[in-house]
Amino acid sequence: MDRTQIRLYLKKNSAKIILLMVAALFIWPWLWLIFASLDANAPLTVKIPDRFTLDNFSQVLSKGSNYRSFLNSFIIAFLQSTLVVILSILAAYPLSRYRIKRKGTIMYSLLFLTGLPITAIMVPVYMVFFQLKIINSLLSTTLFLAATALPYSIWMMKNFLDDVPITLEEAAWIDGAGALQTIRHIIFPSILPGIMVVFIFTFSGSWGNFFVPFILINSAEKMPAAVAIYQFFGAYGSVQFGQLAAFSLLYTLPIAGLYIISQRFLSNGFTLGGAIK
Amino acid sequence: MNNTNQKTKIIAFMAPAMILIVLFYFAPAIMAFLYSFTDKALVGITSKNYHFTGIQNYVKMFKDPRFIESLINTIVFLLFSAVIGQQVLGFILAQLMQKQSKFIQSIVGLAVLLGWVTPEVVVSFVFFAFFNTTGSLNSFLGLFGVAPKAWLFDYAMVAIILANIWRGTAFSMLMFQSALAGIPQEAREAAWLDGVGRFQMLTKIIIPIIKGSIVTNTTLVTLQTIGLFGLIYALTGGGPGYDTTTVPIYMYQKSFVAYQLGYGTAMAIILLLFGICLSLIYMKSLKHEL
Repeated sequence: MDRTQIRLYLKKNSAKIILLMVAALFIWPWLWLIFASLDANAPLTVKIPDRFTLDNFSQVLSKGSNYRSFLNSFIIAFLQSTLVVILSILAAYPLSRYRIKRKGTIMYSLLFLTGLPITAIMVPVYMVFFQLKIINSLLSTTLFLAATALPYSIWMMKNFLDDVPITLEEAAWIDGAGALQTIRHIIFPSILPGIMVVFIFTFSGSWGNFFVPFILINSAEKMPAAVAIYQFFGAYGSVQFGQLAAFSLLYTLPIAGLYIISQRFLSNGFTLGGAIK
Repeated sequence: MNNTNQKTKIIAFMAPAMILIVLFYFAPAIMAFLYSFTDKALVGITSKNYHFTGIQNYVKMFKDPRFIESLINTIVFLLFSAVIGQQVLGFILAQLMQKQSKFIQSIVGLAVLLGWVTPEVVVSFVFFAFFNTTGSLNSFLGLFGVAPKAWLFDYAMVAIILANIWRGTAFSMLMFQSALAGIPQEAREAAWLDGVGRFQMLTKIIIPIIKGSIVTNTTLVTLQTIGLFGLIYALTGGGPGYDTTTVPIYMYQKSFVAYQLGYGTAMAIILLLFGICLSLIYMKSLKHEL
């Protein structure tokens, strides 16, 4: 290829080249995480290890407290998401199916709450929890997180319910089924993808949340991974880079995997979803 | 009979969610408002015997040069990382990706999404390594003979801005992808036929059509960024000095390190008011879509 051909090629493919360069820039910081986690003497720069090893992972996994932190994250995220799914279906059902006075006001209030920065209410939440002596508890932290995720989840769930034709339910009602039965046998199966969306959003938001448990939980054995990993960073992470990277990967991969696998469920809920992150 | 029955049902169904929201969400927001007019402390005498001090906290706040600095830092961070950085990059990516093959689209999409799916504390670690004196950026620049720099010290604000662009661009990219996909092909073709140039195509055709999405996206990314705590706190701790101390970080320091809860909640209220304004804009921007 001579110069003009190269120039022509570049001109024709400029968009592609820019895109791939940006993609490389985005992957670059992440590469450190992967290489460092597999390197016994990990530096802070992206470097292919001289010898690949899983020592960092076994070091991180040899500590019982690290398992404990993953378990705590899972307990909080799972309980929160389950609670949010159940309560949001219950609350969204009348909003979708019955004539309610001020329905618009309710919907707008929910949307409004969705936008508020949670950070701003953490100080008073801490005070209330402190006075009620429910500070440092997985349960109260879970309930608080559920409350913050509910406005958006109800909003989404109502939209999913609106898409389900009412005729099936009418048939069930004529057969004498109650509202709860109808929800369980008719509604639940038809909005399963919607339920997945709400569940995954809530779960990943909870798993990645740092500020809420950082404020509300203070004993080591109750700390979720987000806080435990931050403490690890303070204690060893600025020396044991390999272990920090391994810990970070173990913490990130489940949620990244869940998110990517569930892309097809998430695509329709995505646009609004970021608001609660 | 039937009507009251239905009413009870509606209340019973909605009550659990509403109670949770009111107890854990609404009540603290109201309390924050009330406490912001007191001198309540976390420990010591004033933790129980606090006094009503009127708007003293607010006066103090706007006389506190560090609060003003944190406010300016928040605005700089917000503007450059989210409003400009994430949105412009997200828009460019979405625009360039339109005519690419599925393969390119999925590679680029996945690369950008990496930042989005990474928990914010991990984003901090990744950029701690990236910007470190012995980190990736310096070793790369070293290849061109550039002397290593202490990015996290001398350019701390730039570092957190870049980290947040990395974390959040995916959201704007996906928003703009769906907005651009909604532009009717005829609009572009008509403009081409009229001999409209590339730049004019952007300013006269594309941007006016997706204006609604831009407004919605701007409010959403702002709301996502304004309360950001973990990313900055774990990466720079608000330092060096107060260089990267944003309002959430200063609020945390005043409330939980200096134990001045009343003062801290006053800052929370400012943050909340800002969020309320944006939330209202957001709702208004959605109104025509609802």
